[in-house]
Amino acid sequence: MIELFGYLLSGVTVGFIYTLVGLGFTVIYNSSGIINFSQGEFVMAGGMSTVFLIYAGLPLGVAFVLAILITSMIGIVLYKLISFSRDSSQISLIILTLGFAIFLRGLAQIIFDKQLHTMPSFVGEGAFEIFETTLSYQALLIMVVASAIVISLYLFFQKTKTGQAMVAASNNVDAAKLMGINIKKILILNFAISAVIASIGGILLTPITSTSYEVGIMLGLKGFCAAIIGGLGTPFGAVAGGLLLGILESLVAGYISSEYKDAVAFVVLLAILFFMPGGIFGNLKSQRV
Amino acid sequence: MLKRFILRALAFLLISSFVVLNAKETIKIGAIVAATGPASFLGDPELKTLQHYVAKINAQGGVNGQQIELIHYDTGANPKKAVTFTKRLINQDEVVAIIGPSTTGETMAIIKFVEKVGIPLMSMAGSVAIIDPVKKYVFKIAATDRMACKKVMQDMNKRNLTNLALISGSGGFGKSMRKQCKEVAPSFGVKIVADETYGKKDSDMTSQLLKIKNNKDVQVVLNPGFGQGPAIVTKNYVQLKIKHPLYQSHGVASKKFIEIAGSAAEGVRVVAPPVVVADKLDDSVAIKKVALAYKNEYEKAFNSQVSSFGGHAYDALHVIVDAIKRANSTEPSKIRDAIEKTQGFEGVDGIVNLSATDHLGLDTETGMIMLEIKNGDWTIVK
Repeated sequence: MIELFGYLLSGVTVGFIYTLVGLGFTVIYNSSGIINFSQGEFVMAGGMSTVFLIYAGLPLGVAFVLAILITSMIGIVLYKLISFSRDSSQISLIILTLGFAIFLRGLAQIIFDKQLHTMPSFVGEGAFEIFETTLSYQALLIMVVASAIVISLYLFFQKTKTGQAMVAASNNVDAAKLMGINIKKILILNFAISAVIASIGGILLTPITSTSYEVGIMLGLKGFCAAIIGGLGTPFGAVAGGLLLGILESLVAGYISSEYKDAVAFVVLLAILFFMPGGIFGNLKSQRV
Repeated sequence: MLKRFILRALAFLLISSFVVLNAKETIKIGAIVAATGPASFLGDPELKTLQHYVAKINAQGGVNGQQIELIHYDTGANPKKAVTFTKRLINQDEVVAIIGPSTTGETMAIIKFVEKVGIPLMSMAGSVAIIDPVKKYVFKIAATDRMACKKVMQDMNKRNLTNLALISGSGGFGKSMRKQCKEVAPSFGVKIVADETYGKKDSDMTSQLLKIKNNKDVQVVLNPGFGQGPAIVTKNYVQLKIKHPLYQSHGVASKKFIEIAGSAAEGVRVVAPPVVVADKLDDSVAIKKVALAYKNEYEKAFNSQVSSFGGHAYDALHVIVDAIKRANSTEPSKIRDAIEKTQGFEGVDGIVNLSATDHLGLDTETGMIMLEIKNGDWTIVK
């Protein structure tokens, strides 16, 4: 029983990490219908720039803010590239994001380096002891921050005018334009928000997993799975998908074999795509695909 | 018109003869390293070391009065690229010897090409499969993962620990070492009682470690792997308050590991090549001078911590240079013969004694040492 509890707790910790990455996919998809495959690299950019700003001697707080700003600028650059693209079919734009991801990875290798980096945990290295297992302060912080982001995103999309305009823009661009919505502004804001969420994720993750130029590849993939499993387009979907994925992985590693752990993500992904193509919280937009 | 033609022809002849003369003057050595990609932690220090020391050797007058020309290609750890570049080095660049590749997979892929043409190859990869069975033109410089396993198990024997739990990274390094450790375990009376793995990009290994913690047979844990994985394992290990001794592999034998794992690394034992602690070695250790000189020079030139991998490149280059000097020839087959006769070569990795039956020539005693992390620094376990 205590074993099961330990596996679940570990699964929830990892699940919230996937959720943080998955949320970024959700936001961009929500407004543009594009799946942004450089999301994982945004996470990397957030973590790596924080680490190097700290190396440069800046205090933690200033480094966080600057890193978040830098990453949101990268998000806006990606949007600019997309808006310059002559071929605006979704497939070619998605490929563009993939290319941008590879570009960012290369850039990070040149600007930073190829080493692993970490930074001190800002809530202390300690951990809560629960039964025979433990939950580190940093993991708890990730859970709290991820939940806060999910709730504020939900409120933003549902309750604010700007948020509703974003949803409208993704449902029907032309109709939204006719309603006087400034699509360009909406999209810029969206890419920036998504990059901000990613960079917060990158910053929170670094004390636990450490970071390097290629940390975004697997995180991006797992976050993508989380977003698809939960249903693209809703923040709660990313939570459900992330947690389901994290817990399943942990249970498989605990009870079956750690060899099969990584396969779980992709088996679940396939199963969801076959039987619930819209994801667990799938909504109308999935039908458009 | 005719005058101009003659002038041009003369100019052409002059230039081409100059090129030919120049080409005769350099010794071309090829290098195939994974300077970027997933194995860049190997290839990056290797390439830096090669470039640094080739320049140094040339500045000191070269080898037998000839300058060395290093022709290097970056494979990104891709065996297909390694094959392409090997062919290019042999056919186009006409090198006399090849250093590399960085990884076992790449090395295995190119062996048949160097064997066919007869160009000596000095691999910097880890697996014992490269030189066992012996191939005529293939040599290897780095200590094998099998040696690391033996060293760990010797240390376990000293502490009367027999029941081992493995938690290995699923990358090539972790897989290979896990296999070697399982193979040598019986000869040390070690029983593998748990065998877990994790993906190399995983962010939490609590599930696997809980399983090990709840296994009553386990007395000691070994974690073959490199990169961020072992650091996370070490942190989780402390969080779960697992009391068994923890061993880490030579994959994390750099200060970076202590930095990333932080206070959790205290008391962890790491099997490592001697260069990592060159400054702490006993003066009686034969290779201390070479290792320390390399460590200081690398750290000064590149402003980053020395790793064992760059040391492989240092040794590979110097064994070949030494062989060229002794052979007094740049004929690949003569260089090969001279390499095979290398005796008592003092390298960064250890003393190298090559022979027709041993194309590695390092022994476990000088090739690997056992370290323990105390107060955020290495101490040598006697």
